[in-house]
Amino acid sequence: MNVIVCIKQVPNTTDVRIDPVTNTLIREGVESIINPFDTYAIEEGVRLKERFGGKVIVITMGPPQAETALREALSLGGDEAILISDKKFAGSDTWATSYTLSRAIKHISTFDMIICGKQASDGDTAQVGPGISTHLDIPQVTYVKRIEEISNNKAKVERMTEEGYDIIETPLPCLLTVVKEINTPRLPSLKGMIKAKSAKIIKWTADDINCDPKNIGLEGSPTRVVKIFTPPPRKGGEILKGDTNEIAQRLAESLRDVVI
Amino acid sequence: MDYLLTERQVMIRDLARQIARDKVKPVAAKDEESEEFAWEIMKVLANSDIFGIYIPEEYGGLGGGVMELCVATEELSRACGAIALGFAGTALGIYPILLYGNDEQKKKYLPDIAKGKRLAAFCITEAEAGSDAGSIKTSAKKEGDHYILNGTKQWITNAGEAEVYTVIAMTDKTKGARGASAFIVEKGTKGMDFGKKEKKLGIRASATREVIFTDCKVPKESLLSKEGMGFIVEMKTFDSSRPGVAAQAVGIAQGALDLALDYAQKRIQFGQPLSSFQAIQHMLADMATQIEAARALVYSAARMVDSGAKNISKESAMAKVYASDVAMKVAVDAVQIFGGYGYMRDYPIEKFMRDAKITQIYEGTNQIQRNIIAGHLIKESLK
Repeated sequence: MNVIVCIKQVPNTTDVRIDPVTNTLIREGVESIINPFDTYAIEEGVRLKERFGGKVIVITMGPPQAETALREALSLGGDEAILISDKKFAGSDTWATSYTLSRAIKHISTFDMIICGKQASDGDTAQVGPGISTHLDIPQVTYVKRIEEISNNKAKVERMTEEGYDIIETPLPCLLTVVKEINTPRLPSLKGMIKAKSAKIIKWTADDINCDPKNIGLEGSPTRVVKIFTPPPRKGGEILKGDTNEIAQRLAESLRDVVI
Repeated sequence: MDYLLTERQVMIRDLARQIARDKVKPVAAKDEESEEFAWEIMKVLANSDIFGIYIPEEYGGLGGGVMELCVATEELSRACGAIALGFAGTALGIYPILLYGNDEQKKKYLPDIAKGKRLAAFCITEAEAGSDAGSIKTSAKKEGDHYILNGTKQWITNAGEAEVYTVIAMTDKTKGARGASAFIVEKGTKGMDFGKKEKKLGIRASATREVIFTDCKVPKESLLSKEGMGFIVEMKTFDSSRPGVAAQAVGIAQGALDLALDYAQKRIQFGQPLSSFQAIQHMLADMATQIEAARALVYSAARMVDSGAKNISKESAMAKVYASDVAMKVAVDAVQIFGGYGYMRDYPIEKFMRDAKITQIYEGTNQIQRNIIAGHLIKESLK
């Protein structure tokens, strides 16, 4: 069972700063870590390898310093690491990023499953995972909290919903995005860390993975960020008083005013 | 202070610190109360390769030495001095094999220890042989291809939980200390039993039991080194292991200071935090300075042991005596800073004071350490 795990290096803070001119994330001066949600994806990939054999390939798209995130992923049990890095990727939105990652994944010979964290802690879009599966035209299941079984080239998984969970069966290869309920990531091992320090990181550019220049970077990104702002805090609600009939009447009127 | 640790030592320190903070600290109070052995933490340490840091690479370890052992022990003890002992006590139990085992014995035992599959324990102390290790009564009588062990060891750290025991027993009582020999005995050997678990002042999550030998038959290949070498094995093991106890003491002291410093900044009296009072500030400053001095001495002793220096008894004893006295003093002061709350078992600090006390007692009381130091001083002056 070969598993590809997609990770992202993110700033270690919940206080994300945005460049007011370009409206992109400011990475300078902040310690970088593996997106916390992706650590569950790595762990699940490693557990699948331990159960079924095969290997875990960790892949990230980012600047050259994202190599540290890949080395950490190797120390946590990953077998191979691929860094997709090219100046041409600068300014990629979730569409261009998922296109680029899908090109890289096509470049990897065979795989049975792709696992991503449910979203990144900086952008919080939760779009890249589903985007990759769409570009690759393979099935996707998001918010997976448990992989029940894998057999006969099928996976049975539990998808978390607000009320409970769905049980979904999907053919392989497929893409899963996982939530933190799925496992407890292990700590790295010293031998893993030592091995990861000198491990070879495979590096691919846009040309290596045959990207269509029109689909990558700022040019390939249909998203235009017009403005970034913190939504104003919600004002206190109105409490209706009076007898039940009267309240019901006024509530219905207010709803009509808002909706229509 | 920058101790110029190697890249790998920094890796070990950071990982041990992470384990201490994320895994040990949350269970320390619970394990202290239940007095249960922290097997779940031993598993974490095993999976992180921490058990192998001081074991040579050829036997599945990471090839470090006493310095690596000290760095990890200190970090773990900062969260819990008792849980750290599952690891540090194993080092004490396995050092006789590391130092005096033949290749076959090393191949048989070290890889499992390095992987954390089995723990170890060192058995010397008896009811009438504490500081006076020469009065050991446990006997080992040779019969054909075997030795027959009889006697009772007491206060053995990790006893019952560990699977590999190094045991000092008399092969020739007429020769006194020169009649002692060291053996490796595996848990499950017929005639080897464990007494009840001791109830202790501190380090309660650490298992301490009697180990009882009744006509316990072990193959002659269990003998470490040669007959009559038992006392040397013991002394040389302690020379190497004492910096480890000292590191445990530094860790306990640091953990106590961490708590006291945090409390002093949060506790408001007379309208201001305790940390704004000079009386408290000076206490904190002294505690931090003493800890740093202890750490510097421990690391120096550890590095000296690892350098292969021949005479390390004095320095090793100095590190143990100083660091453990500092741990006791710092822990007492930390409780004082907590005031009445410090005396309450609902607060974590009193545990550090109880845990610190053992470091002045075991692996040779501090009085014995001073005897060793003075003995060497006088001997050196006569040269």
